[in-house]
Amino acid sequence: MSYEQPDARGHFGPYGGRFVAETLMGPLAELERAYAEARTDPTFQAELIADFRDYVGRPSPLYLARRLTADAGGARIYLKREDLNHTGAHKVNNTIGQALLAKRMGKKRLIAETGAGQHGVATATVAARLGLSCVVYMGAEDIARQAPNVRRMRLLGAEVVSVTLGSRTLKDAMNEAMRDWATTVDETFYVIGTVSGPHPYPAMVRDFQAVIGEEARRQFLEREGRLPQALVACVGGGSNAMGLFYAFLEDAEVDLYGVEAAGKGLASGLHAAPLTAATGRGVLHGARSYLMFDEDGQIRDTHSISAGLDYPGVGPEHAWLKDIGRARYVAVDDEAALAAFHRLTRLEGILPALESSHALAYAHELAARLGPDAAIIVNLSGRGDKDVESVAAYEEAKTCHE
Amino acid sequence: MSRIKGVFAALKGRRAALIPFIAGGDPALSATVPLMHALVRAGADLIEVGMPFSDPMADGPAIQMAHQRALAAGATTRAVLDQVAAFRRDDDRTPVILMGYVNPVETMGYEAFAFACRSAGVDGVILVDMPPEEAAEWRDHAGRAGVDTIFLLSPTTPAERLVAIGAASTGFLYYVALKGVTGASHLNVADVAARLAVVRASSALPVGVGFGIRDARSAAEVGRFADAVIVGSAIVERMAAKNAVAELLADVEAFVRDLRAALPERTSRASS
Repeated sequence: MSYEQPDARGHFGPYGGRFVAETLMGPLAELERAYAEARTDPTFQAELIADFRDYVGRPSPLYLARRLTADAGGARIYLKREDLNHTGAHKVNNTIGQALLAKRMGKKRLIAETGAGQHGVATATVAARLGLSCVVYMGAEDIARQAPNVRRMRLLGAEVVSVTLGSRTLKDAMNEAMRDWATTVDETFYVIGTVSGPHPYPAMVRDFQAVIGEEARRQFLEREGRLPQALVACVGGGSNAMGLFYAFLEDAEVDLYGVEAAGKGLASGLHAAPLTAATGRGVLHGARSYLMFDEDGQIRDTHSISAGLDYPGVGPEHAWLKDIGRARYVAVDDEAALAAFHRLTRLEGILPALESSHALAYAHELAARLGPDAAIIVNLSGRGDKDVESVAAYEEAKTCHE
Repeated sequence: MSRIKGVFAALKGRRAALIPFIAGGDPALSATVPLMHALVRAGADLIEVGMPFSDPMADGPAIQMAHQRALAAGATTRAVLDQVAAFRRDDDRTPVILMGYVNPVETMGYEAFAFACRSAGVDGVILVDMPPEEAAEWRDHAGRAGVDTIFLLSPTTPAERLVAIGAASTGFLYYVALKGVTGASHLNVADVAARLAVVRASSALPVGVGFGIRDARSAAEVGRFADAVIVGSAIVERMAAKNAVAELLADVEAFVRDLRAALPERTSRASS
């Protein structure tokens, strides 16, 4: 099968599209044109590749986690080490691409939304490097739980704006970034951090992140001489998962697993798993996709221990991959993610981000189920240094309650 | 003739129509019908009522807060439709336009929503985050229910889109006067006047102007050349400040009366 998505108007089947206020329609068309030119411009691509190598440190290693594999007692578990990228997560692959595009379009100011702060840090980083001004919108609740990243952004010269309306998390930060963009379109480039938002963002962010899967596929073939049984990646908006999956979409023998945040459990309603819980399809932040909302269409509050997954929607391409059966979506709760966080830290000496810990938790089960002849790749999308404080606070609170 | 068409036809060459906005259910569901009647007493020619949404991305702080107050007071899309139906029992003349976001409408279903609008007596609908490119299904159902689909134009709309948006719209066109969100204060009246001349060349529909009109003075300035003047945030801000409903009604009525009084009368020659 040949996979060519999205269509010319940004639709992945019934998903995606461009649902924004009229003020943003012209600027989105302009961005689409600029990106289409850049994509086929060898100079732009050469610059991107050089930055990936010299500034990010790509290719990131594909690491066989031997003690983790032994602990799971099944398939060999390889980790795609996006945590070793400059700034500590996969997010920088995308911000480098978008910042080069911003420069090409003559924009002087970058804005971004952030949940865990990794995308905010990655945007502030490229802004500093290119001498652009930078404003990052972040929910007040996330500012409290990801304090180290807030300090990093400020050191990098970014202004961090606390968003106090709504649920005070990633969704509200994105609302506020879109309002800023509508007001300052002439000089501002909006750097969206995930495969969400209006066309062309879902396709563009996927393309910049696709380097993850391209490298992993090559590295795995060199190591094992065949393709892996399965890929596992966490899904909030879904950029690290799309980045890993994309190069493998036409390899039908490779199973794709996206792991959402089950929070306090799917039955509790306190989760961030629109695909797994199949809560419905709707429109938010410029695209149609699976979405969490009530019977009146009001967006529901979500819950996850990880700020980066605490989002009621998901990128439209994941919705499409679910519907056509190419990828499967599962959910892991706060406790299981936390256990996986500790397990990797103690067994491999690698502190994973709480977001990536969701993928690790599911991979552990999957490896046991597949048995020792199989091998799988988990996207270790970010490092957990930012989470040290909040894990301690979470566990302290739990001890007090017990 | 539809109510919207009738109002614009009656005012043609005389003065701009006044369209005040309130958020349905703000500050309480029981306040909406009395507020709508107060707007009519004050001289509103059409009324725009917001359908509450948890994530009003195109709105500034004043209308965001209004949506939050309305949702906290129990407002829903259905409840707002019920308020319009209740208003219609005493007023069969004033056109009512609903303004909202796609997701609650899609949740109800385009067909069900279009017919609920018709039976409540809603004359037109603006869906802020639905450009004509995504609106084929909605336009189809709205057309069959006899509900006008009003689309937005903005300072960033390229010339080639003006014609397409004009063709997708019925009732009137809504020109967003500035780059930004509702309630912004950087309105440049000369720019708006110049753009409006371009817009008029692309469509025969009346053109209303909103975003950034905050007081009698800016209403008067825009009212010299627009077919309608739309005022939202400046009205909605008053809801936050008042506790008693009677006091609120009197305050809003007085404010809207001043807006209306400020709209200049035209000689038919100047209006063309």
